[in-house]
Amino acid sequence: MQFPKYFTFWQKVGMHSLRLTAWAVLAFLMIPILVIVPLSFNAEPYFTFTAGMLSLDSDAYSLKWYAEIINDDKWMLAIKNSFFIGLCATAIATVLGTLAAIGLSNPVMPFQRLIMAMLLSPMIVPLIITAAGMYFFYTQLGLSGSYLGIIIAHAALGTPFVIITVNAALSGFDYSLMRASLGLGATPGYTFFNVIMPLIRPGVISGALFAFVTSFDEVVVILFLAGPEQRTIPRQMFSGLREQINPTILAVAVLLVVLSALMLLTIEYLRARAEKIRTGEI
Amino acid sequence: MHRAELSAASTGASGGGATPGLPPHSGLSAAEKSQSRRVMRRRKLLTLAFVAPLIIFVLIAFVAPIGTMLYRSVYHPTVAQLIPETLAVLADWDETGEARPSDSALNIFTVELQLLADDRRSGKLAEEINRSLPGSSSLIKSSARKIKPLDPEMLSRDGASKLLAMQPQWQQVEIWREMKLAGALFTNDFYLTALDLMHNTQGDIVARDTQIYVKLYMKSLWIALLITLLTGIISYPLAYYLATAPTRTANTLMVFVLLPFWTSLLVRTTSWIALLQTNGVVNSFLQSIHAIGEPLELLYTQFSTVIAMTHILLPFMILPLYSVMKGIDPSYLRAALSLGAKPIPAFIRIYMPMTVPGLSAGALLVFIISIGYYITPALVGGTDGQMISNIIAFHMQSSNNWELAAALGSLLLGLILLLYWIYDRLVGVSNIKLG
Repeated sequence: MQFPKYFTFWQKVGMHSLRLTAWAVLAFLMIPILVIVPLSFNAEPYFTFTAGMLSLDSDAYSLKWYAEIINDDKWMLAIKNSFFIGLCATAIATVLGTLAAIGLSNPVMPFQRLIMAMLLSPMIVPLIITAAGMYFFYTQLGLSGSYLGIIIAHAALGTPFVIITVNAALSGFDYSLMRASLGLGATPGYTFFNVIMPLIRPGVISGALFAFVTSFDEVVVILFLAGPEQRTIPRQMFSGLREQINPTILAVAVLLVVLSALMLLTIEYLRARAEKIRTGEI
Repeated sequence: MHRAELSAASTGASGGGATPGLPPHSGLSAAEKSQSRRVMRRRKLLTLAFVAPLIIFVLIAFVAPIGTMLYRSVYHPTVAQLIPETLAVLADWDETGEARPSDSALNIFTVELQLLADDRRSGKLAEEINRSLPGSSSLIKSSARKIKPLDPEMLSRDGASKLLAMQPQWQQVEIWREMKLAGALFTNDFYLTALDLMHNTQGDIVARDTQIYVKLYMKSLWIALLITLLTGIISYPLAYYLATAPTRTANTLMVFVLLPFWTSLLVRTTSWIALLQTNGVVNSFLQSIHAIGEPLELLYTQFSTVIAMTHILLPFMILPLYSVMKGIDPSYLRAALSLGAKPIPAFIRIYMPMTVPGLSAGALLVFIISIGYYITPALVGGTDGQMISNIIAFHMQSSNNWELAAALGSLLLGLILLLYWIYDRLVGVSNIKLG
């Protein structure tokens, strides 16, 4: 590390210890996620490194836990359910959330602050309370133990994220563009898809990703509302961790880490793109 | 705070009756004014049409369930549905007196108890009354058993004497008082239980002998506070380092913060189980370097709850801190140093006050999230690391005391909304940024 010449000895020590602390915190953040990767290739049914693994014996490693996922009907159903529920909930949350964000960011909107606070509240209320309330209410409507009930619940949990990201994308939006389009005779639908949408697309897509992750990762509402037919990946992991811990869970966890890394890359790409749109480079 | 107030002020000004874009004294005719008002109203309606679908959706899918829960915490019709006739006659009886209800009231009760015994619902009544008057369960159940074979015609005339002959405890006033009180449709009993209070026989509110829930609320608050402090202490140096590092380095290192942020909660909890269990990675490592002889009991303790939740919530502290620190001009600190301040006092008195907005935003966020946490304590907490959410789930799923779960949940909700309101005042919910 290069320091300016006027730095005293103690300032250099300070900077070095700062860097050391920062790296230690990064290690604390990353180690728990990285440690499960080799463990998921364990040939033995344990959650720990065996002697063979430490001496890099190739017999101590195996892919059998990954094969287990594919051969287990419960896991396959869980994967299917997670994607199906996640995609449906995302579609609802994205459409409704985007429309609402467009309305909310318009300065003529009445009671803007109050409505915003209400629409963002699903993000703040603890999931256990949401889940308990939904259990009471959805059971009365006959929606508990059905795909529809879970999709509606997850869509409600995902909308705040769409509102926030679309709102951010709209922060630099010039409303005279919309008025110009309407004034020149375009229909509202045409204006929406050809004038507004191209400018806020990165915000909409990252909001959709957030909504998807929210649903994909959610387990408390599932615990209360879902029947055995609607078990998702996190639900399956939850019961696995409570009942019989075996490395299949680690293999699933590693696959989920890979998936989140892909999502992170997508989000970062979109953010860079949104930045360029705002500064007018695109 | 200023930003939130400013945006509120500007909305207020343009959202009011005045027409934006036109100066107040523009010399418009009355017709023009009314036309502009009409245009304005149409624009407002159009905007509302965009937001309305989501408002309706959230009202049905989210607000109504929460409302149902609040209602369930005070509405308790079980007893009223079990013995409606008895309660109707008990309404005229003075429960503060020394005398038990009249024989005719008892006759009606025996008839109803027989009906309950026939549909196997007498146990439900026993359970409900037993909750406020311990020991009454066996009395009600055995009476129901003995009354079941008797002739209903005879009971409606002479049930009282039969009942008193079988079980003289029915002479006592307490059991009738408890039945009358339990028969009310709306009750604050569950809130009292949730606060470790109860009605005594005189109807006054007194503390219970065993304190369960208040202690649990205190423990949850304490755990949440501890996690908030830990995340604050751990995040500060990292956020400072990232904010002062060259942009390229900072962006690369940011991946190590964001990847955990994006990783599934269950995955991170799984990792901590793998790390902390008796034969887990941490114990094996410590044993292999001979730091410890016997493996430590790390998992299923309060310690494991705190460390796993600190890890999970760390990004929520780092991200707001980083974004605030990024906006602080380093020349302030340099100016203080060149004017002769010592580095540490300069850092504490010049730099740290400027990071308070980020710190308070992160702290409130972490505190709000951790106070209502369920999954991680349920999986790694054992009995020691349980929080208030876990007892709510227990009453929902295992003990089936839904009303108590609803009351406990409503109290937690009140606490969260208070914090949310503070957060809105301090930071502004519209200013939440993601990623």
